[in-house]
Amino acid sequence: MSRIKNHLSELTTAGRKALIAYIVAGDPNPAVTVPFMHTLVEKGVDLIELGVPFSDPMAEGPTIQRAHERALQHKISLRDTLAMLREFRQSNSTTPVIIMGYANPIEVIGYDAFCQEAVAAGLDGVLVVDLPPEESADFDALLEQYELDRICLLSPTTTAERAKAIAERASGFLYYVSLKGVTGAATINIEEVQAKIDAIKAFTDIPLCVGFGIKDGDSARRLARVADGVVVGSAIVDLLSQGDTGLMKATSLVEELRAGLD
Amino acid sequence: MTDFTVFPDANGHFGPYGGRFVSETLFAALDELSSNYQRLKSEAGFQAEFDDDLAHYVGRPSPLYHAKRWSEKLGGAQVFLKREDLNHTGAHKVNNTIGQALLAKYSGKNRIIAETGAGQHGVASATVAARMGLECCVYMGATDVARQSLNVYRMKLLGAEVVPVTSGSQTLKDAMNEAMRDWVSNVDNTFYIIGTVAGPHPYPQLVRDFQAVIGREAKQQCLEQAGRLPDLLVACVGGGSNAIGLFHPFLTDESVEMVGVEAGGDGIASGRHAAPLNAGKPGVLHGNRTYLMEDENGQIIETHSVSAGLDYPGVGPEHSWLKDLGRVDYTAVNDDEALAAFRELTLVEGIMPALESSHALAYVQKVAPTMSQDKIIVVNLSGRGDKDILTLAEIDNIRV
Repeated sequence: MSRIKNHLSELTTAGRKALIAYIVAGDPNPAVTVPFMHTLVEKGVDLIELGVPFSDPMAEGPTIQRAHERALQHKISLRDTLAMLREFRQSNSTTPVIIMGYANPIEVIGYDAFCQEAVAAGLDGVLVVDLPPEESADFDALLEQYELDRICLLSPTTTAERAKAIAERASGFLYYVSLKGVTGAATINIEEVQAKIDAIKAFTDIPLCVGFGIKDGDSARRLARVADGVVVGSAIVDLLSQGDTGLMKATSLVEELRAGLD
Repeated sequence: MTDFTVFPDANGHFGPYGGRFVSETLFAALDELSSNYQRLKSEAGFQAEFDDDLAHYVGRPSPLYHAKRWSEKLGGAQVFLKREDLNHTGAHKVNNTIGQALLAKYSGKNRIIAETGAGQHGVASATVAARMGLECCVYMGATDVARQSLNVYRMKLLGAEVVPVTSGSQTLKDAMNEAMRDWVSNVDNTFYIIGTVAGPHPYPQLVRDFQAVIGREAKQQCLEQAGRLPDLLVACVGGGSNAIGLFHPFLTDESVEMVGVEAGGDGIASGRHAAPLNAGKPGVLHGNRTYLMEDENGQIIETHSVSAGLDYPGVGPEHSWLKDLGRVDYTAVNDDEALAAFRELTLVEGIMPALESSHALAYVQKVAPTMSQDKIIVVNLSGRGDKDILTLAEIDNIRV
């Protein structure tokens, strides 16, 4: 059983919700990433999503765009991101870690070579924002062969038919994008999200986590009622970049989110 | 020979290129656009409205002009200029914005967005928006806003909002990222008018189809004026919409050779250029797989060209495929060669070409003298040079 599946089913058994934290590898500087990953785990994060810096992060709002730019000032690559994970794994072999990024940095390495390196680094799953099922048959086959989970996005505009096809391909968890927009955008309509999630739950058993637009303990708690977990990115990334006190503020936010969920 | 007319396939692929590499939220919008387009393009009413607008609003057909004096001076092949510079708004871009604005109207969208580099596509989008009473928002890299101030002002006069994009390299590619972000956030009421034959399917197909009027006219005009098909077609390639528009109707005419001219900037060897087909490799950007300029880590690198309209690190996927198939040759000319060609055509024929089109002319200057006088070259004069006057004046140290 995969580390993700294992961890999420333990949570379900315990009646708890998953807290997934997103940070960009190397942001605001490379020295922060691995120690902060350990902090995230200490403060109750169940799964870490490492953003891979890319020059053209099309799906990101301003907060995460800036994070990509900061990481790229330090020339952080996909291989550097995997190196950070390898370092993290030296003292943590239990917390699931996935990467979230764009297709081109993976294409440059090559799908097969990437999978080998990812497994060696201790990666659990892959979310490629701009690689939909229509374009990923080869990659999906390799992910399955290397036992890496394929995390897929579902959005408010995804049709039921398409959602079914995506759910069949996905493993680990399904990532429901709560709103039409980019990361960090404003308001979520909980009722709308609930209706969508209920419809998806009717045809799949894969855990369903919700992201985009969750900012604090309160919004995390309200969304967790309708899903198996929440993904928080921009709110953490925003605090993390705020100078000397950023790390402390980001850490308190994670504590608040955990408390909101429990 | 490959049957070029049946591509792209149903999923938008040109061989290994093209496709739909976008986030999940945009899929429904792309599906809707595809099905609307497939339905409308075969409807007589839609086509008639498009043709009518091209005739009476754009001023088509644009002339095919035999540049006799220039041909004589070059001492080789006869050069014919396809005068897209004479279109309303001054470039080929308007052919496409007319078509897409009609799609927007038939799709019930009341807001259009566009990205622009040199500003020609932005002006063409703002123009059709004004005419149809649509809200219009144009994304433009902050660097380009500074170097194309005339076009920025034109767009504002036309009632469009121009948003300077300050992320990334602050040029065309970043403007396209920002337009995609807007689209994903406002997908219910917004139609995204992409300006070139790139982006996710069906854009490379529909932009090509709207621009193919250039090649259809050129073919007929060449047959009428010269009594035969041309031997060589030449066009500049940034994203590649004016080139594919000229080339596509000739692809199955085996005797017709084609050359696409990319922006060589300071020279390919310098690394400061915008020539992915000459010096890049295949990758994924802006919703399609195509040749790109990227570093060893897959990051898109900054491009350089004196012409803002060619300053783009990718290229339309159909060009990538035509390159691999060997049907079209792709070469590059440098900034200084393009500038020299601008001056030459201006002085010899009294026609001021856009700096983009000047790249195609610079190649003609090199190749025409090597061909015999009974050969025919058709070059796409894709836009007029008025917008570039300030760039030229700056190079000449003249204050306008």
